Amino acid sequence: MAEALNTKLEGKQAVVEAMADHPAVKAILAWNPEALTDALFDRGELSLTIAREQILDAAYTVQAAGYNYFEDMTAVDWFPASPRFQLSYHIVSHGLKERIRLRAWTEEADPVIDSITPVWPSANYFEREVFDLFGIRFENHPNLRRILMPDDWEGYPLRKDYPVEGYR
Amino acid sequence: MTDTIGTPILQAPAAEGSSDQHMIINMGPQHPATHGVLRLVLELDGEIVVRIYPEIGYLHTGIEKTCEAKFYHQVVPLTDRVNYLDPLANNLGYALAVEKLLGLEIPEKGQWLRVILAELSRLNSHLVWLGTHAMDIGALTIFLYTFREREEILRIFEAVAGQRMMTSYIRIGGVTMEPPLDFFSRVQQLINMLPVKIDEYSNLLTGNPIFRNRLIGVGYISGDDAIALGVSGPPMRASGVDFDLRRDMPYSSYEKFEFNVPIATAGDCWARYEVRMIEMKESIKIIQQALDGLPEGAVKAYAPKIVLPDREKMKTEMEALIHHFKIVTEGFNVPAGEVYQGIECGHGQMGYHIVSDGSAKPYRVHMRYPSFATLQALEAMCKGQMIADVVAVIGSIDIVLGEIDR
Repeated sequence: MAEALNTKLEGKQAVVEAMADHPAVKAILAWNPEALTDALFDRGELSLTIAREQILDAAYTVQAAGYNYFEDMTAVDWFPASPRFQLSYHIVSHGLKERIRLRAWTEEADPVIDSITPVWPSANYFEREVFDLFGIRFENHPNLRRILMPDDWEGYPLRKDYPVEGYR
Repeated sequence: MTDTIGTPILQAPAAEGSSDQHMIINMGPQHPATHGVLRLVLELDGEIVVRIYPEIGYLHTGIEKTCEAKFYHQVVPLTDRVNYLDPLANNLGYALAVEKLLGLEIPEKGQWLRVILAELSRLNSHLVWLGTHAMDIGALTIFLYTFREREEILRIFEAVAGQRMMTSYIRIGGVTMEPPLDFFSRVQQLINMLPVKIDEYSNLLTGNPIFRNRLIGVGYISGDDAIALGVSGPPMRASGVDFDLRRDMPYSSYEKFEFNVPIATAGDCWARYEVRMIEMKESIKIIQQALDGLPEGAVKAYAPKIVLPDREKMKTEMEALIHHFKIVTEGFNVPAGEVYQGIECGHGQMGYHIVSDGSAKPYRVHMRYPSFATLQALEAMCKGQMIADVVAVIGSIDIVLGEIDR
């Protein structure tokens, strides 16, 4: 995009004003401006925070806007803050040669979010990994099982209240 | 959550419209064709593959969790161990991500050196792929040839980094140190020799009827399916998707090099073989350009609080010694933020996703490795084919279990 690498735009207002022509921002605003709760443009990367309930529709929207390749997703545990878990989805557009990040937040009490496997089947393993290591559940996931840890493992190793050393 | 735990593979469901039972067969974890410890549970109808359930995690060591307990510079050696066939690409991905967080500019010579090493690393990865892939399907000789050439690449790695495989040569802020004096002449010798060798491999394989029959038409996947299932890198380009991060979203001054991105449209194992064979020659072209036009200057950024000082300086300058002591004992703080740096490694699109909270240790490091995503396409590629073709397909998508399990 035209923005220089060192510009930083914080907040939904600033990003929407400065980047209204950005294909992803445009598509999200045209679809449902309410679903976009926050936005950030930092170090040349655009992050759009989406309301948790809307993530599946947001994924459909950005896919229709040309972001065709799901590259990566993971979670960040901001223990003990609330909401606790941040999910980051990285989506690449082969046509626009660009990457965006969708963010969503989920609570500690009921860590659950819609699976985006209907949009990109490749999210399957990535969501299983997040389920395995963070204990976040994905609604309507086709095969939500532990993927890296043993099936009978207790606890979620990548949570911040799980020790790095020692046995649980 | 007990309903989501457990392996639903213990019973073989009957085939539709038939009273015959499908057979469940365990391939791996200790199977030589799975390139590590991959366990595939195959559901078979006679000799035809109906479904595949990959079971992974045997090599899971929690590298991402370990990273959270290390200083930023201590993470570099961990990244080598993720994909042990492409170590310098791992280092590069991590270093670029942290440099993006820090806003650090790398001198041109450092960037070009990184390009040379990343391409050598890609050659290393592709040579191992070719040798093992051909060996899996019965062409034993080629393995000895590719490992002979790979040995030369490993010797060059040893010369620059002191290590053959766990290089840790590309670090935050540049590369460790100036390469040894004979480095460039050795790389030149290598890339003079390699095109001849690649033709030699091609002579052995391309016209070989057994090799052709094992690959042509096997493991087909369409471009759309490849994108949907997360395939990237050479397997994706072999399905006709024209995308390469080096060309389309350049990093580390790849935009200054001229190279072609080979595309094939057949989408089968043979196309993946062809794409990688051409890619090796393109890598050689890139290395040649980098050797010819290598800029003068420093190999690491001037950032004394971040980049470890030269050994010589530590013996003569007090500041260098102080900085060295401080970096090693307490690390350096990295501004808060979240970055994702994608690079094209030998297997496809690799990415480092780093979240910093402003302290000296990364708050979260996530590694996106191509094999992890590509493995999801295995079932689509093998469905309806013979069980022996599974071996050919695993070889052709070039997976490394270290990067799947991390």
